[in-house]
Amino acid sequence: MSPAELLETRITGAVRAVTGAGEPELVPQSKLSGPMPWVIAIMVAMTVIAMAAGLALRNTVLSAQAGLEGGLTVQIVEARASERKAQSAASMERLKALPGVAAVRLVPQEELDHLIEPWLGGDDGADGAMAVPIPSLIDVQLTDRADERQVAKVRAALAPVAPAARVDAQSGWLEPVYGAIASLQWLAIALVVLLAMALAAAVLMAARSALGTNRDTIEIVHLLGGTDAQIARVFQRSIGIDAAGGGVVGFALAMVVILLLGRRFAGLGAGLVQQGSLGLSDWVLLAMVPLAAAVLAMITARFTVMHALRKML
Amino acid sequence: MNKFAGEEIVQFDNVGLRYGTDREVLRNLSFTLFPGNFYFLTGASGAGKTSLLRLLYLAQRPSRGAIRMFGSDAITLPRERLPMLRRRIGVVFQDFRLVSHLSAFDNVALPLRVAGASDRDLRKPVSDMLEWVGLADRMDARPATLSGGEQQRVAIARAVIARPQMLVADEPTGNVDPDMAVKLLRLFEALNGLGTTVVVATHDVHLLQKVPDSLIMRLNKGQLADPTGALRFPPRRSAGKARQDGPAA
Repeated sequence: MSPAELLETRITGAVRAVTGAGEPELVPQSKLSGPMPWVIAIMVAMTVIAMAAGLALRNTVLSAQAGLEGGLTVQIVEARASERKAQSAASMERLKALPGVAAVRLVPQEELDHLIEPWLGGDDGADGAMAVPIPSLIDVQLTDRADERQVAKVRAALAPVAPAARVDAQSGWLEPVYGAIASLQWLAIALVVLLAMALAAAVLMAARSALGTNRDTIEIVHLLGGTDAQIARVFQRSIGIDAAGGGVVGFALAMVVILLLGRRFAGLGAGLVQQGSLGLSDWVLLAMVPLAAAVLAMITARFTVMHALRKML
Repeated sequence: MNKFAGEEIVQFDNVGLRYGTDREVLRNLSFTLFPGNFYFLTGASGAGKTSLLRLLYLAQRPSRGAIRMFGSDAITLPRERLPMLRRRIGVVFQDFRLVSHLSAFDNVALPLRVAGASDRDLRKPVSDMLEWVGLADRMDARPATLSGGEQQRVAIARAVIARPQMLVADEPTGNVDPDMAVKLLRLFEALNGLGTTVVVATHDVHLLQKVPDSLIMRLNKGQLADPTGALRFPPRRSAGKARQDGPAA
């Protein structure tokens, strides 16, 4: 046998071993299927939706963390407008000169007014500003992460020029939100694991049922010299076909749900929510779910059948 | 140690078989089958013929005793090696046991397929075999649409298609007309002539006379009688076959 023929034989053998292609149809496909493709479709749809939710939450957290990691907020809490303005200007100068500061922005008064308008109402002051004194805000972006040490450093630098300054790390404000989102992420992961286990359990029960129904045929094949692996491959192939078909249907269903939900969330116009959109790698990962379901179903079927066959002579 | 050790195809040593906790259905069976002989297994209904055949075609392990087949210890042989041993045995089941969703062609092709033959390689031998048993025009028929006799012929074709070293048949002519019964016996004899050891269980005494060189194993209430002496003095094919009416020695 030439090397090319040997290679072809080995490849064919490997394909047969995995897919069961070329094996006789020892057990009719119709006797194995039943509701299995629909069960797999539902499982895959739920898994894809849960995974998409988990990925969207992860993207939200990563995006928010990236934006806020080096962020500091300096508030000049001074009731007198002129003093507030002076300390703000001094702080800006001091911050611009401070090593480790990448960017500094004094939030314009109009923007502040707009932000608090829903709570305190519109402008009614003589100079167009609000009657209620609002602290000045300075948005600072550090080159490094805004940890406690950096915050203390900025605070110390501002103390001489702006005694009314309060310095806070922006990420600190969102810690509880991150915590809640992380919990939801773990929930999504737990759901995916549970759904995978439920899929394996459904396949296990279907394989056992099919084994019982086709026991006579299996015994005949055994007596004619059929191996456990040959019989297992028949079940593996059948359940693989079911899983592939169910997986495609389930994935399509999930896509419809995800796209509809995506449109609804996009309509909210909330920054944090919009940061959670799915990227290309996320879609690739989601597309792997039906494939993973088919592989999981085939492996489960193989182990179930091989285990059951070992009890037969 | 048997003086023919290494040549025997089957060797039973003090074999007993019981199902569950019932009494033994086979007791103290000790005999040897040699390659190329034609054996008839006879006995009344319930004598244990089918149980003995089940041991021979490795569908059952005995409750006690030792069995060697084709030089291997069939009792301690690992499960994964059983298929290779079974492929050397052709079986005609009393109830045919055809695979209901497969056509006559695919049923006959099954032993070749499990042995790894490709569709291209098995088409001609399977067609020839079905033609030989008179079912060339019924190749695509499912078992349910075949008569009892036709099913039996498919079962026989399936048993012999892979040219087994030993053919075990349980009442193989029970459902066919006399002409077909003779024809099937001739097939078994032809196979036997090619070196296949044939074991046919039957209660039809007329059948025994149709194969003059055959050896008789008679089961009575689970125990084996040896009317021809063939079990006590097992003939070897090279030394000439024993006649059924007298011991070989």
